[in-house]
Amino acid sequence: MDRVLMKGNEALAEGAILAGCRGFFGYPITPSSEIAEYMARKMPTIGGVFVQAESELAAINMVYGGSSAGFRVMTASSGPGISLKQEGISFLSEGELPCVVVNVSRGGPGLGGIQPSQADYFQATRGGGHGDYHTIVVAPSGVQEMMDLTMQAFYWADYHRIPVMIMLEGTLGNLMEPITVREPVTEFVDKPWATNGCKDRAPNVMNTLHLDSDFLEKRNHHLQAKYEKIQQECKRAETFMIEDADIVIVAFGLMGRIAKKSVSEARKQGVKAGLIRPITLWPFPDDVIKSAAQTAKRFLSVEINMGQMIEDIKLAIEGRVPVEFYGRIGISPNPEEISRQIINIAAREGWI
Amino acid sequence: MAVEQQILFAGFGGQGVLAMGQFLAYAAMGIGKEVTWVPSYGAEMRGGTANCQVTISDEEISSPLTENPGSIVVMNRPSLDKFENKVKSNGTIVINSSLVDRVPEREDVTVYQIPANSIAEAMGNVRGANMIMLGAYLHMTGPVKVEEALEHFDAIFKGKKPAVIERNRQAFMTGVEWARNNQ
Repeated sequence: MDRVLMKGNEALAEGAILAGCRGFFGYPITPSSEIAEYMARKMPTIGGVFVQAESELAAINMVYGGSSAGFRVMTASSGPGISLKQEGISFLSEGELPCVVVNVSRGGPGLGGIQPSQADYFQATRGGGHGDYHTIVVAPSGVQEMMDLTMQAFYWADYHRIPVMIMLEGTLGNLMEPITVREPVTEFVDKPWATNGCKDRAPNVMNTLHLDSDFLEKRNHHLQAKYEKIQQECKRAETFMIEDADIVIVAFGLMGRIAKKSVSEARKQGVKAGLIRPITLWPFPDDVIKSAAQTAKRFLSVEINMGQMIEDIKLAIEGRVPVEFYGRIGISPNPEEISRQIINIAAREGWI
Repeated sequence: MAVEQQILFAGFGGQGVLAMGQFLAYAAMGIGKEVTWVPSYGAEMRGGTANCQVTISDEEISSPLTENPGSIVVMNRPSLDKFENKVKSNGTIVINSSLVDRVPEREDVTVYQIPANSIAEAMGNVRGANMIMLGAYLHMTGPVKVEEALEHFDAIFKGKKPAVIERNRQAFMTGVEWARNNQ
């Protein structure tokens, strides 16, 4: 098939449409707005719904409504907007309502800036809102993955009845590269729970208020069992040259791809470097990290934040190997910058 | 390992700098190369600085970003000042000499000077300076050949009015022609 040159944000939006998304509810914010723009153009032409809501809170509650009715629905925003959506994401999680939430991240805290960031890692992977819940979080590294992981996200959302978050740094939303456009999804997961008309059956009810404490606890155990299953089934990571690596870089998103070049460069300089790129941030691919820790002498977490994923790496390694950190904010570092970090560590440790 | 080429286009917002990079990206894809295009995005509007990086390779591209591009195409003086020292040794600097009033100080790079705005004014298409620059650049040293770019010209401007495509093609060819006569 012919390849098409697409912008990351547009490939994501097209991927959603191919996956059968027919409801988009959003409120514009840089650097996510191309997704809403694309949906505004496309949705009316395919029988879908595009609503520019009056606020982020309204948008996420429209997602709640659309999902309850059994539709594949999505919203997209950036850090400050995602914070506003957290109440709704918590409700969606307890309602077990499938949906896709996109965070094209920018630097914070506060309104921060519009430049790229991965500083919402904690928010994304720890639930983000109130209560004991998780969302599946995927982190694409290129424009093809923007499309493919979006389609995967819709499948996981329906299959596990869970909100799935797609998180990327702003640079990737703006990146263009050729991709293969996928075939539209034609088979969908049944949704017998949907509130889509109850002729000849008992009504379905969506409710997240559980004043009975026994039932509330039962609900929580039910959710935990689901999260356990997702942990078993959904962990994804890409590895690169880790078999004999002395130092393993861990980086996600476009950053993970940039770091691949740094690893190749470090190898040319005689440093045995390798890379693990988590594709799912939750569930975190701790199995791959743990296994690499059996041979690696050191880990280096590279993030566009002040050090967040490093905690998950340390949890996976359980103190067996030292973990160092290198981070920036508001900029996607160049590969050369990361190579220098790797080589500095190698020189300091006497490996070269 | 296949050679990977990384080119940075820089200038004022409004000079069509991002479009120059996109043109090259489309052309490179047209001839079957791997390619990435990434803008330095920001709150920039017309008059601010704009730049984008294009990476072209025969193999899968890991990083679309680099500290040291092999070539830079600079449309104004601030861009030359900012990026001259970033270019790789033995790299290339292509200058819009209509708007850049100095030559590079570096002696380890190849310099091409193209008076893109003067040529554009002479042909009565002031906004065509970026396409003139591209045409001349591709003829002199570009990673994609002029003929290859022309083959994909219509596809690159897909969705644009025929008159707009024609205006761009004329500007592009004027740049190529200028380069032929002045190299």
